[in-house]
Amino acid sequence: MKRLVPLLLLAACSKTPPEVTTVAAVPSSGLRSAEALSQIEDDETRAHAAFAEVIKVLTHPRCVNCHPATDRPMQGVGLPHHPLVVRGADGHGAPGLKCESCHGVSSFENVPGAPNWHLAPASMAWAGKSSAEICAQLLDEDRNGGLDRAGLLKHVAEDSLVAYGWNPPAHLEPAPGDQAAFAAVFGVWLDAGAHCP
Amino acid sequence: MKLEINGKSHEVDASENTPLLWVLRDHLGLTGTKFGCGVAQCGACTVHVDGVPRRACVTPAGSVEGRSVVTIEGLSGPKAEAVRKAWEAIDVPQCGYCQSGQIMSAVALLQEVARPDDTQIDQAMAGNLCRCATYVRIRRAIHSAAGEEG
Repeated sequence: MKRLVPLLLLAACSKTPPEVTTVAAVPSSGLRSAEALSQIEDDETRAHAAFAEVIKVLTHPRCVNCHPATDRPMQGVGLPHHPLVVRGADGHGAPGLKCESCHGVSSFENVPGAPNWHLAPASMAWAGKSSAEICAQLLDEDRNGGLDRAGLLKHVAEDSLVAYGWNPPAHLEPAPGDQAAFAAVFGVWLDAGAHCP
Repeated sequence: MKLEINGKSHEVDASENTPLLWVLRDHLGLTGTKFGCGVAQCGACTVHVDGVPRRACVTPAGSVEGRSVVTIEGLSGPKAEAVRKAWEAIDVPQCGYCQSGQIMSAVALLQEVARPDDTQIDQAMAGNLCRCATYVRIRRAIHSAAGEEG
């Protein structure tokens, strides 16, 4: 503290304006750690607590923008995608205007990119859905692309398009936490019985 | 870096992160591909990479090494000829600046859908802006080219 006081006085007396801290494009909060969640003894309570972290990621614009309620993706903070693009037969866009027309295998300047850039299937639309509805979708193999629980965990832990959520261009806020932390809390949720809200 | 443009191999002395658009225009003199917005919002810089439309302004040149790039100068084949003929017959361009991008997208659409309906045309061409608003003529020309070719 003795060392700090002169510094504070110096700062107060300086003619130079104090340095302004700009708000960086980082999430305002991360995720509770899997370790912390694992301390919850009751399975159902632990599953609910873990899913509360999972849903923060799933409903973040970096994720939900390509899980739209309609055939048109969103961009930025949930704004309609510009130009107008549509899902197409395979989620990769319309004939003549595919996702890959603009989105490469990695972000380039302000244009997001990742391998296999495409929309989630309509059966996995999250926009406008409640946590309970999204949870039910995740676990329903008829809607989630036929993934069992191990497949789900592998998808969130390793998929390169999922990974984009934490590696957007600089002007876009990444999803909370990071992919490893997300996969860890997702695993806690599954191991605790994958209870839904 | 070695790039295949319009069927020819080119050795280009440029950073792999240089937008393909500037390699085409500044290094190779292929100025038919236009700079419009620089952020993949207008479609003026559309080329084909392995047959798929791609905005050259947001494509790192290094990402197309080993792939086939076609620009408006190298566009050929029955679909391209049908589109050129229709464009001339209907006198589509006004100022013309966006037209090479429009044609690249139109040909790519026709290569996938031989007889597109209005909705398919609108969806394929939504990423190509025209400040002169020649959209109605563009749509007519694509229908005409589809009929010519089909």
